[in-house]
Amino acid sequence: MTSVDLTGFQTPGRGRGILDVFNHGYLLRLLIRKGTATRYRNSVLGWTWSYVKPAAQFLIYYFVMGVVLQFHRDVENFAIYLFAGVVAINLFNEAFGNATSSIVDNRALVRKIYLPRELFPISTIIIALIHFLPQVAILLLACILVGWAPTFLSLAAFAIGLVIVLMMSLGLGLLFGALNVRYRDAQNFVEIIRMLSTWASPVLYTIAMVEQALKGWAFTVYMLNPLTTAVELFHYAFWLPTTSGAAETLSPGIVGNIFVSLGICAVLVVIGQIVFRRFERSFAQDL
Amino acid sequence: MSEITTTQKRPSIIVENVRKTFQIRHTHSMKEAFISRLKRKQVGSTPYNALDGVAFTVGEGESVALLGFNGSGKSTLLKLVSGVLEPDAGRVLTRGRVAGLIEVGAGFHPDLSGRENVYLNAAILGMNKAEIDERFDRIVEFSEIGEFIDQEVKHYSSGMFLRLAFSVAIHVELDVLLVDEILSVGDAPFRKKCTEKIHELAQAGKTMLIVSHNMAMVQELCERGIVINKGKKIFDGPIAEAVDAMNAK
Repeated sequence: MTSVDLTGFQTPGRGRGILDVFNHGYLLRLLIRKGTATRYRNSVLGWTWSYVKPAAQFLIYYFVMGVVLQFHRDVENFAIYLFAGVVAINLFNEAFGNATSSIVDNRALVRKIYLPRELFPISTIIIALIHFLPQVAILLLACILVGWAPTFLSLAAFAIGLVIVLMMSLGLGLLFGALNVRYRDAQNFVEIIRMLSTWASPVLYTIAMVEQALKGWAFTVYMLNPLTTAVELFHYAFWLPTTSGAAETLSPGIVGNIFVSLGICAVLVVIGQIVFRRFERSFAQDL
Repeated sequence: MSEITTTQKRPSIIVENVRKTFQIRHTHSMKEAFISRLKRKQVGSTPYNALDGVAFTVGEGESVALLGFNGSGKSTLLKLVSGVLEPDAGRVLTRGRVAGLIEVGAGFHPDLSGRENVYLNAAILGMNKAEIDERFDRIVEFSEIGEFIDQEVKHYSSGMFLRLAFSVAIHVELDVLLVDEILSVGDAPFRKKCTEKIHELAQAGKTMLIVSHNMAMVQELCERGIVINKGKKIFDGPIAEAVDAMNAK
C-alpha cells in the first residue's frame, strides 16, 4: 500500500497558472464568444454602445480641454491627440475593471468545477480588446482624413503601446481579481485607479506641460507610469504623422521609457500571478 | 474484501490523511482586517475541521459510496478530489481524467441557446471541439430536448434544463467519475435512464466515487462503502455492512 507507484498521478487543483490557459484554447475561445455574444443582450442599440460611450466621453473632454481651455490652439490636430489617448486609457480601464470582477462574476463555476482560473481574467481582457477595435477603426478613419499614412515605426509604436496596456491590465487584473474574492473593497480601490488613469497620463494635456510643472524626481515618477508610455506611443503612432513635426510635444526619451515600462509591466504580471496563485487556493471557500 | 480489491488494482484516487479546516471569517473588508490586526484581535475565528485524518484509496474500476449524514464532510471530500478545494494537511492524488456530476449546470448561461451551452459546458468539463462534435447528437438524444436545442436556455422548464445539464456531464470523456446527490433530477423515467447510464459506465471499468442518501441506489451501484461522521472515517468495507454501520448511527 505504501509503495504505490506514483507516476501518472496528479494533484487535483494544482495547475501551471497562465501557462495552462494555452492548453485550453478551445474553452478560451468559447468564453470569449460567450462574453461578446451576451454583452448587449436585451439592449436596443447593442454594439452601438461601444461607440456611443467613448464618443460622449470624447466630446466632453474636447469641449472642456479644447474649446474652454483653448488647447486646440497650442496643439495641432488636438482632436486626434485627445482621441488617441482616450482609446488607450479606455482599453486599460475596461480590461482592468473586467479582469478584477471576473472571478467573482464566475463564482458559480469557480465554486463547483476546477479549471484554470486564469482563464476568466484573460478572457475578459481579450473581450475588452475586441471592443477596443471599433474605436481604433474610428481613430484610423479620422487620421486618414487628415492625411495619415502607416509607416513601420508608427505601427510598431502602436503594437508596443498595446502590449504595455494589455500586460499592465493583466498584472493588475490578476492581483485585484484575486484580492477581490476575499476583500470586496478591492473593487473600490480599482475604481480609484481607473479614475486616476485618465489624469495621471498625458491624455488631456501634453507631456511638455508636465515637464514644465514637475521638476526633477517628480517628473521621473510621473514617467514611470507605464500608461504614460503607452499613451505617448499611441500619440506617436496616430497623432504625430498628422502634424507638421511637433515631436517636441511628446516624451523626450521614449525608447528608454519603453524598456522601463515593459520591465515594470513584466514585474506586475509576475506579482499578479504569484498573488493569484496564493489566493486561488481558497477561492472556492471565500466566494 | 475491499482490502483485496484495493491492493489488486492500481489505485485511481489516493486520499492520504487529509484535513480540511474552515475558518469562520469575521473580517470581509481590508479595513476590518487591518483594524483587527491593529487591535491584535484574531482575524479568523474558531477553526472548524470539516475533515480530519481521512485516508483511503479507490482502485481503478471500483465503485465506492461515501455515506454520512448532512454536514459530515462528504461533499467537501468530493471537492478535494475534484480540485475545487485544496486540503490543509495530507494530500489527494488522482490518475486520469476526473469529471464530476456535481451541481450540473453551473456553467450554463441563460441567454445562450441549448446548443451553445452544450459546447460551452462540455469545454468547461475538459473536452475539446472534436470530442464534443462527436458526442453532440448523443447528448441531445439522451436529454430528450429535441427541437428545443436551438432555443435560449432561459425558456426551458427546470426539468429540461437539468436533463440537458446532466446529459452533458455524463457524456464527458472520463476515467474517474464523482457523483454528488444529483440522481434526483427529472422525473422517474429519466432518473431510471441516468442510473442505467451510470451502471453502464461502471461496467465499462470507470472508477466512481458516489455521494448519496439513497441507500437502495447506492447498494445497487457500489460494492464498497465508506462512512464518514463528523469529518472522520468510521467505516470502510463492503457496501451492505457500510449501510448497516450508517443505520446504526
